[in-house]
Amino acid sequence: MLDTLAITGRLCIEKLAGFGRATFVLLHALLVWPQPGNSIPLIVKQLYSVGVKSLLIIVVSGLFIGMVLGLQGYTILVDFASEDAVGQMVALSLVRELAPVVTALLFAGRAGSALTAEIGLMKATEQLASLEMIGVDPLRRIVAPRLWAGFISMPLLSMIFAIVGIYGGAVVSIDWLGVYSGSFWSVMQSSVDFYDDVLNGVIKSLVFGFVITWIAVYQGLESVPTSEGISQATTRTVVYSSLMVLALDFVLTALMFGNI
Amino acid sequence: MSVSDNVIQISHLKFNRGERCIFKNINLSIPKGKITAIMGPSGTGKTTLLKMIGGQLTPDSGKVIVQGTDVHSLARAELFSLRKNMGMLFQSGALFSDMSVFENVAFPLQVNTDLSVELIRDVVLLKLQAVGLRGATSLMPSELSGGMARRVALARAIALDPQIVMYDEPFAGQDPIGMGVLVTLIKKLNQSLGHTSVIVSHDIQETLSIADYICILADGEVIAQGSASEIRESSSQKVQQFIHGYPDGPVPFHYPSVALMDELTG
Amino acid sequence: MRTRTIEILVGLFVVCGLLAALALAMTVSGLSGSKQDTYKIYAHFENIGGLSDKAEVTLAGVQIGTVSSIKLDPQMLTAVVEMKIFSEVDYLSIDSSVQILTSGLLGGKYIGLSVGAEEEVLTEGGVIEDSQSALVLEELIGKFLFNKVSE
Repeated sequence: MLDTLAITGRLCIEKLAGFGRATFVLLHALLVWPQPGNSIPLIVKQLYSVGVKSLLIIVVSGLFIGMVLGLQGYTILVDFASEDAVGQMVALSLVRELAPVVTALLFAGRAGSALTAEIGLMKATEQLASLEMIGVDPLRRIVAPRLWAGFISMPLLSMIFAIVGIYGGAVVSIDWLGVYSGSFWSVMQSSVDFYDDVLNGVIKSLVFGFVITWIAVYQGLESVPTSEGISQATTRTVVYSSLMVLALDFVLTALMFGNI
Repeated sequence: MSVSDNVIQISHLKFNRGERCIFKNINLSIPKGKITAIMGPSGTGKTTLLKMIGGQLTPDSGKVIVQGTDVHSLARAELFSLRKNMGMLFQSGALFSDMSVFENVAFPLQVNTDLSVELIRDVVLLKLQAVGLRGATSLMPSELSGGMARRVALARAIALDPQIVMYDEPFAGQDPIGMGVLVTLIKKLNQSLGHTSVIVSHDIQETLSIADYICILADGEVIAQGSASEIRESSSQKVQQFIHGYPDGPVPFHYPSVALMDELTG
Repeated sequence: MRTRTIEILVGLFVVCGLLAALALAMTVSGLSGSKQDTYKIYAHFENIGGLSDKAEVTLAGVQIGTVSSIKLDPQMLTAVVEMKIFSEVDYLSIDSSVQILTSGLLGGKYIGLSVGAEEEVLTEGGVIEDSQSALVLEELIGKFLFNKVSE
């Protein structure tokens, strides 16, 4: 009984200490304004490996999810003779929920795990220690550009996901199922609000991008520098960031759309 | 030996990692311009000691004084500028995997100096010439053999002409040729550039052949120090076991257990 | 050279993202950058039954404007609907009538406008007198039952 209490206490303290270290990493890496000449090439390089390399999986998943939404929405709505509203359904569910959340989950799996593995490997091969000895702060040189690249790419990826999905839904419902294209788009436009729906979706994806890259980078830095330690850290990144994305999605949805 | 001759002075160093005691009480001085070897069995914290000299780890108590300044009392920026006087060759080489050989060697110069691109190029080529790899400038670290990677890392460590160069296990995992090349290089560079070399290693023959001064660590303490011949003639059993590699001695062959007969007969 | 390829790809990626943002704003949420010239007219309804902002205003099924705001008139206790009508539609007579309609069973509400016979046309701030409220299903069923009983 007392042992259980002690273990719980120790666990809490460890988690709290970990969170403190993670916050320190974040502040230390970001509280310096990046120098344009120096940092931008580094960020561009990371945008490539974090953003461009995730593009394919995002576009393909967005397309298929949009097409499925079109198909499912049509079969439900046609019973109520309201198949015109399929555009509204596809657009709202993508813009508000599916684009930010599914993009975030894919991003955690594709880019987050790669970030953790890369930084863990740099730690294991003493590249981080070596940077320190050369007189370069690894948090600013290695971590900061990756964090920035994550923040920048997530909203872009999420918006690409949404638009590809909406066009996928449009192709299915207009060209295959014969929904009248004028009403498909006009019902969508009258129900989707730019500020309430589109911008809120973008804000969600920004928050998710921030959290995922933060977790990924921190797990990489904290990983045990062995091959086993790195593989465990990679798994932790995907699990923690997926859980955080889903939990935060609920909180954000409640704040944005829940009128509380 | 006067104090001013010692570039690095370590006194009453104490360090615990978790429950485990790494250093009980280390007192050590490293003379200027010489090759000093720090030896000892695996797990005695030789690499930890190097990291403390470089200020990457902080001891629980005790002082590390490098060139007259206490490393662990320095602010971040001062520590970073002190490190420009130190080069370190890591065990794994630690070349930046996303940069070519040339960029790796040029990196310390780019971040720490205002030299022009042409000048940096010349310096890099000279350093690579010194380690015999001027022909490999455009290769990526993944294309290098282990020995070549370590030589590139050595070129990078001496790129800023540091006053102290630290070698972490430079001979580990090298074939005889690679080892010979490194032994010669370390000796030659020390003589021609006049820096202080600190080698951490447990390769006895190679290290004894080049070190001017040797110090053996065991159980968190310095158990012997002196020149190569002094170490060879040391009366300490621990030292004898270590330098000759006897399987049994003060460091026992058997992991502590009850007597075999007792366990077999129950 | 390799760096250049990476830079170009990253540039393309960012452009794609921005285009997606533009498409979301324009085609999906109907946020039109070029403000179309409109004039406002008003109509009173006893019950708007779920009509909302940005709903279409149509004439013969063709969109001629949108609902811009809905307020309650505190004196008459009716809903005041403000509509923005495209400027080129300048031929709505002052005796036009408006009706709240539903597209499909679950579809959104919209306003259907029918033109009357007067020569004079509605201008900025004009009010349509003849309005027919939304069909509220409960009321309809109530009426139907009442008729059945009285038969």
